[in-house]
Amino acid sequence: MAVFYILLLFMIIAAIIAVETSDLLSSVICVGAIGFGGSLMFLFLRAPDIAITQIVVEVLGLIILLRATISRDLTFITGDREFFGTVVSVVIILVICLAGIKVVETLPDFGSAIFTKVPEAASQTYISEGLAKTGAANLVASVILDFRAYDTLGEATVLFTSIIGATVILRKKAKKMVEDPDE
Amino acid sequence: MKGMTVVVKTIASWVKVLIFLFGIYIIIFGHLTPGGGFAGGVILASSYVLLMLAFGREFVEENLPLPLASKLDCVGAFLFALIAVLGLVLGGSFFVNFLYQKYLPGQALNLISAGTIPLSNIAIGLKVGASLFLVILSLSMFKPDLSGTEKDSSFVVNTTEKE
Amino acid sequence: MPYALCFLLFMIGLYCAVVKKNMVKIVIGIMVMEYAVNLFLIMLGYRTGGTAPIVDKTYLESGTGQIAASFINTSVDPLPQALVLTAIVISLGSLALMISICTRTYGKYGTFDITEIRRLKG
Repeated sequence: MAVFYILLLFMIIAAIIAVETSDLLSSVICVGAIGFGGSLMFLFLRAPDIAITQIVVEVLGLIILLRATISRDLTFITGDREFFGTVVSVVIILVICLAGIKVVETLPDFGSAIFTKVPEAASQTYISEGLAKTGAANLVASVILDFRAYDTLGEATVLFTSIIGATVILRKKAKKMVEDPDE
Repeated sequence: MKGMTVVVKTIASWVKVLIFLFGIYIIIFGHLTPGGGFAGGVILASSYVLLMLAFGREFVEENLPLPLASKLDCVGAFLFALIAVLGLVLGGSFFVNFLYQKYLPGQALNLISAGTIPLSNIAIGLKVGASLFLVILSLSMFKPDLSGTEKDSSFVVNTTEKE
Repeated sequence: MPYALCFLLFMIGLYCAVVKKNMVKIVIGIMVMEYAVNLFLIMLGYRTGGTAPIVDKTYLESGTGQIAASFINTSVDPLPQALVLTAIVISLGSLALMISICTRTYGKYGTFDITEIRRLKG
């Protein structure tokens, strides 16, 4: 259990550094450290699928972020937004914090399996009959591609749409077609 | 995006093949060991990104140009939808695992088992890998064109001052 | 107690996304929030002393090929892991979209500062 606290503390310190520093390159590297700590947490939480996915996604995310910040003028933007807006935002965040702490106290203890306390939970069926009904030894793969394949279809659609949106925004041809009738 | 020195280029050309093979292994064995289509697809995309960082963008763009990557993306999504519709035609309901329940049960813990799950993994791996490579190639091809915008020179002077 | 630390990580990301002026800092705040939410979901399914939800040869009964009772009693929850797997890949797609918007805005206005962008009407 101590390893969870150490990794969470590491992630929180890296997050505080990423938020407060004024150098963009340091923030991006600290986000990489948060992702790495998260991947180690997933490994200790007995989720090897998620640990593999998190580490490779974080590496590609770092490359995308660095591409946006490395070749621009790293302007040091002074201060925060105007004073009244900052005060209102901080007050709202404190209110959400207090409400959240009350909610966190009502959750069951960390480590007690919540799904075993509910007898008709779906996870009980997935664990006990997953191998017999689908034939896959990896129960997570049987859940995402056989029991809940609609969610995977929805995810493929969302990824497709966001990538199409990103490539359309980064197109250069639209500029030429606007300039030609002016000449 | 320019390339790097000769040492980096040599090592990158060897390592890229190993990363690509590892990505294919994670996709194909997704129903037996941890991994699956999503992680394997991201690994495939990152092997091409390594090649782009080491050799420069023009070299990769000759071998895998933008329209071909976009077509591979669409082929992956179409294959996934085709497996779902085949479940409707051959099995009775949408997305049913028709290979496991009717034609080819296979044995548990072997490579050929679990019906359509390995095929779906391959389709999703192809789709995710091609999508992410496409977006990183588009990001590196984009050169901001500052000449035709509506800023005046005083604004440019203000933003380059440091605190 | 680990739930409270995870919630604190989410609050740090929310503070960064709401208060900062630099566009890339806002994107970083959104990413920290996504990491915190994925971590919280996986922590909900954890069982102390559990094993990963992957059936090995040692967990099969020797005669019938069914899953042994020892596996059912010690496995962690596979359902949150399946949902978080797709959420992580979607967060990469949305990060690509946000960074393409930031790059395009930098190309048009020359700065990442959102208050400067409001003042320039083209």
